[in-house]
Amino acid sequence: MRSILSVLVENRAGVLARTAGLFARRGYNIESLAVGETEDATVSRMTIVAQGDERIMEQVEKQLNKQIDVIKVRQLNAENSTRRELALIKVNANTKTRGQITDICAIMKAEVVDLSPTTLTIEIADRPERVKQLLNMVEPYGIVEIVRTGMIAMEKGSAAISLPE
Amino acid sequence: MISGAEAMVRCLEAEGVPVLFGYPGATIAPFYDSLRASKIRHVLTRTEQGAGHAASGYARISGKPGVCVVTSGPGATNLLTAIATAYSDSIPLVAITGQVATYQLGRDVFQEVDTTGAAAPFTKYSYLVKSAVDLPRVFKEAFHIASTGRKGPVLIDVPVDVQRQAIEFSYPEGVSIRGYKPPHAGHPLQIRKVAEAIRAAKRPLICLGGGAFLSGAVDVVRAFAEKFSLPVVSTLMGVGALPADHPYYYGMLGMTGTTTGNIAIDRSDLLILIGARVGDRAITRPDSVEKTTTVVHIDIDTAEIGKNVGATIPLVGDAAAVVSKLSEMDLEGDRSEWLRELDVHRAKEREKTLAKQSKSGFLNPGAFVRMLCEKLPENSVYVADVGQNQIWSARNFRANGRFLTTGGMGTMGYSIPAAIGAKAAAPDRCVLAVCGDGSFQMSMNELATMRQHGFPIKIAILRNGKLGMVLGIQRTAYGGREFAVDLEGSPDFKLIAEAYGIEYQRVCDMEGAEKAVERMLSSPGGYLLECAIDPEEGVQ
Repeated sequence: MRSILSVLVENRAGVLARTAGLFARRGYNIESLAVGETEDATVSRMTIVAQGDERIMEQVEKQLNKQIDVIKVRQLNAENSTRRELALIKVNANTKTRGQITDICAIMKAEVVDLSPTTLTIEIADRPERVKQLLNMVEPYGIVEIVRTGMIAMEKGSAAISLPE
Repeated sequence: MISGAEAMVRCLEAEGVPVLFGYPGATIAPFYDSLRASKIRHVLTRTEQGAGHAASGYARISGKPGVCVVTSGPGATNLLTAIATAYSDSIPLVAITGQVATYQLGRDVFQEVDTTGAAAPFTKYSYLVKSAVDLPRVFKEAFHIASTGRKGPVLIDVPVDVQRQAIEFSYPEGVSIRGYKPPHAGHPLQIRKVAEAIRAAKRPLICLGGGAFLSGAVDVVRAFAEKFSLPVVSTLMGVGALPADHPYYYGMLGMTGTTTGNIAIDRSDLLILIGARVGDRAITRPDSVEKTTTVVHIDIDTAEIGKNVGATIPLVGDAAAVVSKLSEMDLEGDRSEWLRELDVHRAKEREKTLAKQSKSGFLNPGAFVRMLCEKLPENSVYVADVGQNQIWSARNFRANGRFLTTGGMGTMGYSIPAAIGAKAAAPDRCVLAVCGDGSFQMSMNELATMRQHGFPIKIAILRNGKLGMVLGIQRTAYGGREFAVDLEGSPDFKLIAEAYGIEYQRVCDMEGAEKAVERMLSSPGGYLLECAIDPEEGVQ
């Protein structure tokens, strides 16, 4: 089972290492982890995507909550949240294939952000499954390099995971 | 303006710390220079690990965080074992380590290691202090975190240049840590559910862990068990929470526990775990317990609930607070048949235990521990090391006092330094360390600490010339292929005792042992009692 954890943490040195270590020493794999500042500069938000059954995820959530630097933890599910991932994809492209690839980009609402005589760099910011779909589409042309940010997610509607008063 | 080093000393004074256990070095030298002028007592141990264990013994007897101080690099790495030991037993420590100067961090200079990184998996929290102005807040937080919620070690790593910076000092009144709000009282609804479960149960059983001591719940739990006629077993860390001769106490459970304790777990239809984490040595098959028994799990650490055993009724909260609330409820019931059943098992086992004999020329370890406990003065502290000596001690401990040991990590060499710490916390109590000849040799350097600082610790070495616990494993699981467990080459302990200026006696029969124990207990100084144990003696 894939789970999305949205975690508010103190924006301090060492917090990322502690959090990652918590997964590593239990043998749990992190699929992706994205960190950034929030509206409050002293607080960062981590979005962690991990695989594990219910018992493992419950234990992970509890262990995260136990961390002194962790302020709040919430599990998000795919249906009730807006999920996005940003990817940069450098793909082989010559005069013959360039048009085909830009067609794919247009349909997928991806943007060509760099160009060289032999490659194209595509930017896509979309749901993770759409990113995957684009990758499948351009894969036959030969992918040179991929950079992905990992998923970020936010609950739909007016509810928010915010700091306790 | 005062220096960071002076500020550190002031912080410790503000926390009311009377004693530090430590070992100096270059990167902690400014702190030591400031400590000289303070009234805080410094106990120089003979290894950094000894300082950590001594702080642990101090914390367990005083109920306040124990403080240890070491230098960077090897000082810090030597301390790690003691920190990990305290972490697994939830003992509150504040460990202060020197560090290389901030501008040298990460350059692999002399005696530099990533101390906070190395300690992260087994500290409750750690700080690398980059500026002296942070010191007062960091110290205040460290003592608060170590001693509240599920207790544990907190590490403060202070670079040497930070110790030299000048600051205006003021110690904060309180702390504000938004990510740390330890629970206290249990949820009323869950408490009501527990009460209903107790009323419905035919064979309820309380299992006490080390949390009973840590929350100060010992008296409350005892009164609770007595009020409602509830039988009690304990884990290794819970030994001594109820007096061994208490009519409702049925012994220690687990792999090396008593038969009665394990039968009680097996037969119970309601298991009330109080401050016990259900470690693998306590309950080896938690899944079978889950299936047949309603499990109530009372713990201050949410993450412990459901980790090793599935709880039917989880109850997060401080054991003393929760059990006090339960005590006010009406939980009367007829448990006489269940108690009678357990009484029969206990009587049978006791008879068997008492009938145990050892070869002539050797002491029976169980009988020795029982005799020793009978002779100990009220309120003694009995520190068992790790190995067979620990199991014999835990199963036969029946003194009116505290039993200390390390259950989680099982760190050999714990007893002597921990006894030193306990004695520092309670100079008027009799403090005894019981170890094997293996564990003794892991900490015998601390005899010098005893002598230098005047700690009259009584030490009993159960000497069988073997690493008995490992030998037991080789006998049962490795076809009896004995290897690397012979302690031949060990020194003459009489000469060791003489060299450190403490009294010594060797005994190999009960009659001699009784007299020797009396002599040991009436002697004003430290004492080394060597007890001959048959190497063939197992823990069962």
